[in-house]
Amino acid sequence: MAHPSDRRYSKDHEWVLVDGDVATIGISDFAQDQLGEVVYVDLPEVGDALTAGDTFGEIESVKSVSELFAPVSGEIVEVNSALDDTPETVNSDPHGAGWMVKIKADNPDEIEALMSAEEYDTFIVEG
Amino acid sequence: MSEELKRTALHEEHLALGARMVPFAGWEMPVQYAGIIEEHRAVRRSAGVFDVGHMAEFRVFGFGAFDFLQRMLTNDLSRISELGQAQYTLLLDDEGHIIDDLIVYHSGDLEYLIIANASNHETDFGWLSARVPADVELVDESARTSLIALQGPEALRIVGELAGEGWEPPSRFTLKEATLDTVPALVARTGYTGEDGVEILTAETNAVQIWRAILSFGEVSPVGLGARDTLRLEMGYPLYGSDMDRTIDPISAGLGWAVPASKSGFIGAEAVARVRESGPATRLVGLTIEGAIPRHGMSVLHEGVEVGKVASGSFSPTLETGIATAYVPAELSELGTRLQVEVRKKTLPATVVKRPFVTSTSLSA
Repeated sequence: MAHPSDRRYSKDHEWVLVDGDVATIGISDFAQDQLGEVVYVDLPEVGDALTAGDTFGEIESVKSVSELFAPVSGEIVEVNSALDDTPETVNSDPHGAGWMVKIKADNPDEIEALMSAEEYDTFIVEG
Repeated sequence: MSEELKRTALHEEHLALGARMVPFAGWEMPVQYAGIIEEHRAVRRSAGVFDVGHMAEFRVFGFGAFDFLQRMLTNDLSRISELGQAQYTLLLDDEGHIIDDLIVYHSGDLEYLIIANASNHETDFGWLSARVPADVELVDESARTSLIALQGPEALRIVGELAGEGWEPPSRFTLKEATLDTVPALVARTGYTGEDGVEILTAETNAVQIWRAILSFGEVSPVGLGARDTLRLEMGYPLYGSDMDRTIDPISAGLGWAVPASKSGFIGAEAVARVRESGPATRLVGLTIEGAIPRHGMSVLHEGVEVGKVASGSFSPTLETGIATAYVPAELSELGTRLQVEVRKKTLPATVVKRPFVTSTSLSA
């Protein structure tokens, strides 16, 4: 499973894609496959603060519910509210339309500290 | 794994299909193949095939078989006096609590076939063995019997094609013999999905052949235990271990219809009559919940106070909402009653609704 190399990945299977000073966060293809068909995504509000390592929401499939862990710290500037109506987008397009939140990242170093796509692909195989 | 999980005859087939396997009632079973929601929809729209080889089959034979089972089981066997007929029934203990729910088939002259839950296999057989009279034969057929369910609007047509020309399917809730793709089988028109369809019994040695013959039809999808649960919950069918257990009586569970008031002389009869007389203190109700999936054990509240717990809970792919069953005080069991379910840190509104949750299926048509 090759994950896109334009972004960084956390051990909790989230990805962070940087564009200027905005960072978009979602879950990886590996994560959506493990979860199964997503039926609910519980996300925070615009203006909420994310602290790296803390939970910022939940994602639920028929058989399981997983917490979403903030890969980096920052303030939420946009939330993908389309996921309320079509949560299955997380499964069909986890790296694109299945994005979850956009933040103004506090600390670019936190993003650098995450894994590259190659490192993440190795991580999910070796655990 | 410390305990050895049992495997059905179709184990390798599931692995070849990419199934995700999980432990269930001491067996290694497929929980999903393509995905629970996708499989659920395949059954409602077309056809799905299920390996239910983990379930138990007991054969009861003899001149005393009828009287023996009338004493053991709640439902009235005289309602299935014709050969082939089947009925849903309960096995109760002396306190009137449910040991298991079963289907009993009048499979032959002086003979009945019971299909029981895998989770209660040893308990049921032990209970019946301890009480069976000397002139009645009670045989555990499970090890050499395979059970495969084929359910959905296309199911009857497909089994008809496998049975060949001249074979007419049995009517609802009956079973009959068939030769499916050269394999001798018993085809029962029963099921746990709310769709029309069949449950096919064959010798275990023929399970793979039957499974592959069924899957050779493009309209059929393999379906795991995950979708089996969402399908039966949409219909409000109870699941032992979730909706009832050894502490629950049939009246509270809403299963009084399987315990005809006119029948006496079965184990638990007096206890059930007392509950009927006084009315049950709690009742199993259906709930719909929006925003998250209700799950077994979650608290059910009324005006902020806990009044019960979720029994069965899942997502309804047909209704696209959370559905659940819960035992609540009888006075809160009326349709439309507004309750709440505590889902992790949130308190979500829930409403008491009628079951089945889904009313338009190939069976109800």
